[in-house]
Amino acid sequence: MADVPMDINQVSLLARLPLTEEEAQRFAGQFSRLFEFIADLQRLDVSAVHATAQVIPLHNAFREDEIRPSLDREVALENAPDSEGGYFKTPRILD
Amino acid sequence: MSSIHATSLPTGHALREAIRRRERSAEEITRAALHDAESLQGPLHAYIRLLPERALERARRIDGLVRAGEPLGTLAGVPVAVKDLFCLQGEFTTCGSRILENFRSPYSATVVEKLEAAGAIIIGKTNMDEFAMGSSCENSAFFPTRNPWDTTRVPGGSSGGSASTVGARTVPIALGTDTGGSIREPASFCNIVGVKPTYGRVSRYGMIAFASSLDQAGPMTADVRDAADVLEVIAGYDPMDSTSVDVAVPPYASELPDDLHGVRIGIVAEFEASIAQGDAALAALYKQAYKDLERLGAQLVEVHLPHAQYGLATYYLIAPAECSSNLARYDGARYGRRVDGDGDVYAMFDRTRAAGFGDEVKRRIILGTYALSTGYYDAYYVRAQKVRTLIKSDFDSAFAECDVIACPAVSCPPFELGAKSQDPLAMYLMDYFTIPMSLAGIPALSIPAGYVSDLPVGLQIVAPAFHEGRMLAVAHAYEQATQHAAARIPAVRSEGARAS
Amino acid sequence: MQQAIERNVSYQPVIGLEVHVELATQSKMFCGCRNVFGAPPNTLVCPVCLGMPGTLPVINRRAVEFLCKTGMALGCDVAPFSKFDRKNYFYPDMPKNYQISQYDMPLTTGGSVRLASGKRIALNRIHLEEDTGKNIHAGTSMAASEYTLIDYNRAGVPLMEIVSEPHIATPEEAEQYLSALKSVLSYIGVSDVKMHEGSLRCDANISVRPAGTSTLGVKAEVKNMNSFRSVVRALRFEIERQTEALTSGERIIQETRNWDDARGVTYSTRSKEQAHDYRYFPDPDLVPLTLDDATLAQWREELPELPLDKRDRFIAEYGVSEYEAGILTEDRSAAEFFEAVARACGDGKQAANWMLGDVRRSLEKHSLTLATSPVRPAQLAELIRIVAAGQISGKAAKEVCDAVVAEGTDPQAVVAQRGLSQISDTEAVGAMVDDALAANPESVASYKGGKAKALEFLVGQVMKSSRGKANIDIVRELLRERLG
Ligand SMILES: [Mg+2]
Ligand SMILES: [Zn+2]
Repeated sequence: MADVPMDINQVSLLARLPLTEEEAQRFAGQFSRLFEFIADLQRLDVSAVHATAQVIPLHNAFREDEIRPSLDREVALENAPDSEGGYFKTPRILD
Repeated sequence: MSSIHATSLPTGHALREAIRRRERSAEEITRAALHDAESLQGPLHAYIRLLPERALERARRIDGLVRAGEPLGTLAGVPVAVKDLFCLQGEFTTCGSRILENFRSPYSATVVEKLEAAGAIIIGKTNMDEFAMGSSCENSAFFPTRNPWDTTRVPGGSSGGSASTVGARTVPIALGTDTGGSIREPASFCNIVGVKPTYGRVSRYGMIAFASSLDQAGPMTADVRDAADVLEVIAGYDPMDSTSVDVAVPPYASELPDDLHGVRIGIVAEFEASIAQGDAALAALYKQAYKDLERLGAQLVEVHLPHAQYGLATYYLIAPAECSSNLARYDGARYGRRVDGDGDVYAMFDRTRAAGFGDEVKRRIILGTYALSTGYYDAYYVRAQKVRTLIKSDFDSAFAECDVIACPAVSCPPFELGAKSQDPLAMYLMDYFTIPMSLAGIPALSIPAGYVSDLPVGLQIVAPAFHEGRMLAVAHAYEQATQHAAARIPAVRSEGARAS
Repeated sequence: MQQAIERNVSYQPVIGLEVHVELATQSKMFCGCRNVFGAPPNTLVCPVCLGMPGTLPVINRRAVEFLCKTGMALGCDVAPFSKFDRKNYFYPDMPKNYQISQYDMPLTTGGSVRLASGKRIALNRIHLEEDTGKNIHAGTSMAASEYTLIDYNRAGVPLMEIVSEPHIATPEEAEQYLSALKSVLSYIGVSDVKMHEGSLRCDANISVRPAGTSTLGVKAEVKNMNSFRSVVRALRFEIERQTEALTSGERIIQETRNWDDARGVTYSTRSKEQAHDYRYFPDPDLVPLTLDDATLAQWREELPELPLDKRDRFIAEYGVSEYEAGILTEDRSAAEFFEAVARACGDGKQAANWMLGDVRRSLEKHSLTLATSPVRPAQLAELIRIVAAGQISGKAAKEVCDAVVAEGTDPQAVVAQRGLSQISDTEAVGAMVDDALAANPESVASYKGGKAKALEFLVGQVMKSSRGKANIDIVRELLRERLG
């Protein structure tokens, strides 16, 4: 099994996705098999290869600076789990 | 075709002609499709939600146009189903996830608008693997969908609901999305045509993102002609999508030949070596498919994709990385599900995300977050992007030798529910033959190629970027010559599982 | 690393500023919502800027133009290839929980801001990103609040981040830097630069080090300064705090500190250990920018003369003092107004005197600005001309100026309506002088007896009898002449 140098709890903190102990253990095991494949990539010489972030050869996709209608506020807030006085409402921010 | 159940439907183009000739009304066809979808929901679970009022209202509008002698769109009156990750204004759009269970989209996806503008009648939203992550449709937060050819088996994924309902011929046309094979693999499993267009060919606006640099919407249809019609309708530049390309859309449907003289078809040496090690019946089926292509006049040439073997690892770094960022927005603040409880806003985020996402989604978010994190970004994410370049240039070299590539769509016929759900890697391997094309951004389709133990299998046809026409032409000639799909009726139709 | 305990050493500050500027585009950075301050909450939002599922960003061309123009004005290099990246972190005012920003390929690098003193502060980079929404903490303080209310109107407003090198030596220099920057930005019209409305925001990185040394000390990042004044105060406070700490042998820790304007202190933001790893990667929803030479040349051509260049030119061309030129060029339209007046009347010095004196006073008196007043440059030039020609007295000129500024009436019309024309005709003035001499024999005698003051009494009498209209210089000259 490939070694996965992952601190799964630290990663889950970054992802804001708390895992149970069971999940963390199970995922770690599953990742180790995937990382056998990923280890193959490390053996390829890619020093002279450029990175492809996007396959299409496009650049400068602009829109003109024109105003389009916004949503009605009721519609914008329709999906909000909680709202008050035209605002989205969440538990407090301690920061 | 005549042996198919009375309420089932033929192709989209046949229905369109029947409506034009006033032999059947759009409303009557829509009612039949809705009825059929409901009857088959028990055995198949293809739909998350049906939209009867909306559909019938629109069908009546089409009938009004017919009566008034107004011009009709390409898909006028044709019932279609869309994967539940396309936003539809005012309707629930769940993406197969608990976290969006109660989300009603305030806007519509560009492709959905284009479908409706062409007269298509959307009858429902189909089931899918949560956030399009999966190859069996078992990762839906709601229920797994079944294969119409054997309801103990999976329909493939992630566009499993769309594949299942078209495979059962409830509707002739559905919309799916393909990130690493999510149209082609279920199309193969359900004996239908499934097209993943060139990246940038079809707008992604309003299609809920999984991996932005890979996601493409495409048709899943009863036959190639329907696929060509639908692609013509949904393709084209969209100012709302910066990655949509402004290249003219050819009239695909009017350029579908019956033979393949002068066409050079590449057979991938590496894929053949791989398939030869597996199921002998499957290997024989593909051998036969290549022979059929040759018989139609095509010249077979051997091509090489030396880096295709790295596709899986490359894909499982890039796609989760993008997904980890794309899915960060689901936090319970603005829309979707929120899990209330004690503590500050971050406690709410954590509770909501932990409860809102399923196993596979969590796995990929963790994996992707890791691939992007400090210290690992270059080793994993950037390296994967470089290998992506190699994979892409393999195809460039191959297409110097051939016009299209023919290769397996899958490494096995549809498997039983639960067979791979405890083994993510085995599930990931289902996309072995489809991932390289996704990474290269080139178009590929799956077309029915016959049966292994009475279960359908698809052949994959691959073309260079923006040459969907070539790919559809080859598929059409093959379809007309072989008639694999038309030759048999899906099992769900002969089990008497639904009312007439 | 050990921080040496240095006693009897003087410390010098090292300051770098990060300035966020909201660009004055019509619409937001990546969607068509209106970009305007002060609308009711959540009325300027759409699926895109709310980060709704399935939405995609499209770059506002004007925002790119504004940033490039700023870069050009500040002598930066505009990148031939640039891209947008995602900066990933969770915060409830950020709809997607990532900010579209630029990481390793900003639109411009290098350049500098020229201060009024002549010193240049080098820039590191300028990049384009999107603004966040606004959180409102219900309750008396963040810690006491029970919940948070969020307004996303500001989310997605184009934001330009201007990062200086840590070359700012004092709090006062930081203020000069901000004021020079503000002036340039408002000249090229890319932002409202209103710090109180948040369209210009400033964070400071500050450390201190023993004078004469060159290694950088441990820095604090200071946020939440809402005016130029608070930037100066906060920096002064930090210098003192850090110097004291080092002098007493304490360690400085790298941290973010908020400025409390009411208490006049900075305090550590004890953010609960939020993991900070932004996981930047190229935004796959956007494609790179490769601006062509023709576009860049056109934008460069559209750039106006910059404030300090204008100031220098005014000194050379109109003979105004550096101080005057500095004030005249603070605001671009005011400078252009001045120049139009100076050109039309042919006397820059006088134009400056009027602009900085009576015009300014009248504007203030009527609560007007040059932009809201109906006055046109040609009218002020005309006023200056008729004063020079002796048509009206200096006193009358002030009255005319006031009327022109308040009502926009032509000066000649004011003079005519109010009968302010000055009597400069020697014969007419001579007759009045003669009358005054005849009526005041004692004063005449007193003057002749050596009392020079008596002359001024006689001048006064003539002015009185002419009801102020006699040309005072001619009156004085004729009186001297007649009194021998
Ligand atoms: Mg910033
Ligand atoms: Zn918006």
